[in-house]
Amino acid sequence: MVDAGTKKALGKIPLLKTKAGPRDGELWIPRIKEEYQSLIAYVENNKKDDNDWFRLESNKEGTRWFGKCWYIHELLKYEFELEFDIPVTYPTTAPEIAIPELDGKTAKMYRGGKICLTDHFKPLWARNVPRFGIAHAMALGLGPWLAVEIPDLISKGIVQHKDSATKS
Amino acid sequence: MSTIEELKERVRCLEAELEKSKKSSVARQKISQMSSEVVDSNPYSRLMALKRMGIVDNYEKIRDYTVAVVGVGGVGSVTAEMLTRCGIGKLLLFDYDKVELANMNRLFFQPHQSGMSKVEAAEKTLREINPDVEFETHNYNITTMDNFTHFMNRISTGSLQGNSPVDLVLSCVDNFEARMAINTACNELGQTWIESGVSENAVSGHIQMIKPGETSCFACAPPLVVATGTDEKTLKREGVCAASLPTTMGIVAGLLVQNTLKYLLQFGEVTYYLGYNALQDFFPMMSLKPNPTCDDSFCKKQQNIYQERLAAKPEIKVEEVAEEVTHEENNWGIELVSETSELELKEAEGVIPDLVAGVRVAYTTPAPQPTQEADIPSGTGDATESLDDLMAKMKSL
Repeated sequence: MVDAGTKKALGKIPLLKTKAGPRDGELWIPRIKEEYQSLIAYVENNKKDDNDWFRLESNKEGTRWFGKCWYIHELLKYEFELEFDIPVTYPTTAPEIAIPELDGKTAKMYRGGKICLTDHFKPLWARNVPRFGIAHAMALGLGPWLAVEIPDLISKGIVQHKDSATKS
Repeated sequence: MSTIEELKERVRCLEAELEKSKKSSVARQKISQMSSEVVDSNPYSRLMALKRMGIVDNYEKIRDYTVAVVGVGGVGSVTAEMLTRCGIGKLLLFDYDKVELANMNRLFFQPHQSGMSKVEAAEKTLREINPDVEFETHNYNITTMDNFTHFMNRISTGSLQGNSPVDLVLSCVDNFEARMAINTACNELGQTWIESGVSENAVSGHIQMIKPGETSCFACAPPLVVATGTDEKTLKREGVCAASLPTTMGIVAGLLVQNTLKYLLQFGEVTYYLGYNALQDFFPMMSLKPNPTCDDSFCKKQQNIYQERLAAKPEIKVEEVAEEVTHEENNWGIELVSETSELELKEAEGVIPDLVAGVRVAYTTPAPQPTQEADIPSGTGDATESLDDLMAKMKSL
């Protein structure tokens, strides 16, 4: 279902407790704080495990998130911009993470560059409302997606390393 | 090189051609009143015949109704076309997507419309088909904060008269997030809607009518799926997100609009849930009661309102006697014993609605636990830092 590495990383991400979305007014603020705490802990863990792979920040309302993620393949670093909105039905529904620059380059994406998640993601998310947050969506959704898709896109020549791309 | 004479001749030819093509494109004029006269030039004659045949009492009433179609893709575009041809009063169309060549395995849109927004392209075609229909289009994603507020406003004031709610919302979206957003809006507004969907493997679909408080809402239970007998584990998702067929989408759109017409024009029986299994040609049907422990607080509010309304005018109850399943012979006293107790199972699976054969929940979610705050293992405590501090900390990592 979930590979051992993901499972281990997932277990270490702090869980959240406030069940509130962006339409819940004052209640949304503690939820964003929890999101940040959980994300900070996750990034710190990744650094410790020498597996640092993304940065995220949000607008001041915490409704729109953007940042970078990267993937190391054969000692080369491939970096991508990512973004997503917090849906009005959050946290009942997970955010839809998008990498717009890869839109149209792989079939495993919905329009706008939203990544295609496995059948396991939604049930797992639904069973863990409201304890899962953005950090969990990254670990369970985007992480495994990059690990499968990026090497494939590189091997097909669809994604090129920035340095070699500028040379040619 | 052409001479001036040759060029003049060419211009004459082209002008003649242009004149001819202008004459051949007939634009249908607006019609102020639906007539039941059977003549070639009356686009409503066959619809009005439904009255003469005793199927519909008052077909003209369709012109008073407003329907919102959310999602103008494979199902939504065909739905909108059917309603347009039926002479609906007003259509509101919502979609944030553009027409792409990859959509051409579905109905309605044409290759030359690629790049146009779906709502814009749809409005143009539909107006040509029937100029009597009023259109209102919104090219945005309803699940984000700002758009959602606007969406709620249009649903509650978008009718033909301009001040009352639309008569029906039809969900033709292709994802869980958008369905939940529509559900949230309709529960808050007490708006009746019909949800529709086609599975990602294109061989099953469903429609589900939701009357907040009276029937199960979209959040009352995990999503329902029509079982098609295909082994989920052998379902190959390698390299693709979703498949689609014009047939399945057309059938689901047909079921959706049929139910819409029956609901609006009050004929036949309105269906609450109708599934479609394309592999076996099986159509499971049922109605679903709302979940008293639904996650959506507005669903629970609507349930109370509905119960109060019911109590105000008591109905005659038809008692149903449930037959107990007994096996005629059981000489050895064989019983089924589960390893986990029934209670444990129930808690792990949460509320599962009574479903008809051929329909199951996509997954189960645990029953809401009456946990105290302290019980929740949480690493995110009450933050002593302010949000600004946390944002700065995240940035500096």
